[in-house]
Amino acid sequence: MTGGAATVTAFLEATVRTATPLLFAGLGETVVEQAGVINVGLEGVVIAGAFGGLVGATTAGLGTGFVVAAVSGAAMAAVFGLFAAILRADQVISGTAVTLLGLGLTGALYRWGFGPSGAALSIPTMHAMPIPVLSRVPLLGPALFDQPPIAYLAYGLVPLLWWWTYRTYGGLALRAVGENPDAARAAGIAVRRVQFGAVLVGGVLGGVSGGTLVLAQVGTFAEGMSAGRGFIAIAIVALGRWNPVGAAAGAVIFGAASALQFLFQAMGWRAPYQLFLAVPYVLTLVALAVASAAGRGGAPAALGRSAIGD
Amino acid sequence: MITVDIGQALSAFWRGSFGSEYAIVSATLVRATPLIFTGLAVAIAFRAGVLNIGAEGQFLAGAAAATVCAGIAASWPRAAQSAIGLPLALIGGTVAGAAWSGVAAWLRRRFGVLEVISTIMLNYVALEAVAYLVRGPLQEPLHIYPQTPTLPRGLHLPTLVPGSRLHVGFALAVVAATLAWWMMRETASGFRLRVTGANPYAAASAGRIDVPAVTTRAFLVSGAFAGLAGAVEVTGVTYALYDNISPGYGYTAIAVALLANLNPLAVIASGVFFGGLEAGAAAMQRDAGVPSVMVSVVEAVIILAILAAGAARIRWPPLGVRWPGRRRVSGGAPA
Repeated sequence: MTGGAATVTAFLEATVRTATPLLFAGLGETVVEQAGVINVGLEGVVIAGAFGGLVGATTAGLGTGFVVAAVSGAAMAAVFGLFAAILRADQVISGTAVTLLGLGLTGALYRWGFGPSGAALSIPTMHAMPIPVLSRVPLLGPALFDQPPIAYLAYGLVPLLWWWTYRTYGGLALRAVGENPDAARAAGIAVRRVQFGAVLVGGVLGGVSGGTLVLAQVGTFAEGMSAGRGFIAIAIVALGRWNPVGAAAGAVIFGAASALQFLFQAMGWRAPYQLFLAVPYVLTLVALAVASAAGRGGAPAALGRSAIGD
Repeated sequence: MITVDIGQALSAFWRGSFGSEYAIVSATLVRATPLIFTGLAVAIAFRAGVLNIGAEGQFLAGAAAATVCAGIAASWPRAAQSAIGLPLALIGGTVAGAAWSGVAAWLRRRFGVLEVISTIMLNYVALEAVAYLVRGPLQEPLHIYPQTPTLPRGLHLPTLVPGSRLHVGFALAVVAATLAWWMMRETASGFRLRVTGANPYAAASAGRIDVPAVTTRAFLVSGAFAGLAGAVEVTGVTYALYDNISPGYGYTAIAVALLANLNPLAVIASGVFFGGLEAGAAAMQRDAGVPSVMVSVVEAVIILAILAAGAARIRWPPLGVRWPGRRRVSGGAPA
């Protein structure tokens, strides 16, 4: 393989690796927002999943790690759901509180359980599982099909979720709640339950997102290691026009933005690394401006509305 | 697992927060100062219906700008530092905070970008920008530590209580909160801000209020206060800029503002309460090994309790709504 091709492959691989956790969180938040709820607490959900993943994996292995990650994410999301969907409190403020709760709780529990530094703690991460034939495709193969199995689950979720949202009764009920809760209720849909259920699904996927970070990528936990991924996932949902396939595209764009630093390093282009770390956030702002300028097309009509009759 | 003596932890908390005059003046009130400013920033924005979650980034922008201004003044004679340099640093921080929130305000007004997401993104950008500045152009001359050179004494805010760490910034915060309270209550622009926040549609149609202008202005004022908080922290407490200069003041500010019921005057009391909480938590970590990040859990619980109380006041929702089952809904999927 030539140097150029190796660089491109490394760039694509880094793109997919960064995109995977964002994809899980983004797909989950897509479901939540389709029900008309915006969960700003997603950041807290992701970090809860990361910590849960660590605890599960250190006690009983990788598989348990992912299960505990999903459950932790769902538990954190349930707190948000209780306030936003059941009590009809302000969604943004509830979400902010849940983010604080997640970051604080995981930080405190981590120091408590693993000592103030916890630096020595590291767990074996999920191995890559190359898919025969496909992983040998030049350039794209190693990037897309030489990944840990959890990445393949993320790929599979995209069409599955699309099919469920647009082709089943449950998906229709979900979207009806997000578009017009009053009409949905008149049609016999339990609005609060659908919204709470959607928040839980978002919690499971957000938790898996954090779990992926710890169990398939970093191999350890650090306070605040979610580093805004939950917030970026919310931006991805808007960028993806509230559609699972769009969310996947958004996740890939952000993965690529984060992976740019590898590309520039390989090209010998020297720049302060903090500037690269800021790129995804700046890109989010630009992307949101572009997506919002195009109008609210695709956004659930009742998104973020707290006081809806039911 | 680390075991903790609860009694020891609580006594450390008390000693570190409200247990002595020294703790109150030199720990609690010093911690309260940035919280009053940022709490004020959040309260003003929320009152206007602007969900500014970006006080953290605006604080950092203010701290960085104040450091730059003070850096310019550092070579001046001592008298000029206190007379011109210090006000310049505070003004610079205020303007930078407003400018940082101005980005989100512009994105909201021009493109309709949700400020919740944009302000959070700007927080991270500010964090990385400070990380870059203290390792790059603003780093101390020996290039060892990721921080700026310590400010000369002429650029320190004077102390308020002799022999303590409390600086004039606290008095400034109290004055700012009182002024904001009076403006909000007694002036036409304060009225426009409240009406816009309460119901923008009514404000536009019945009150003929230019809603986008009012929200933009509130956003800028909010950022200005958060920026001033950063400038006061640099000139009053840290005397230098470094990575973790804010232990999340901008996020705690949300709890401060909500506990104060978004009333600027009550923000003073609320800020002192949370200042004590943080000072006590720091002492608890130091003396009893209890992680101080527990404070954000307490903050989250306080916010949630306030929300729950509000929800219960409005109406306890009926439980047990029917599940739709597998019944078909007539008509196709909406676009």
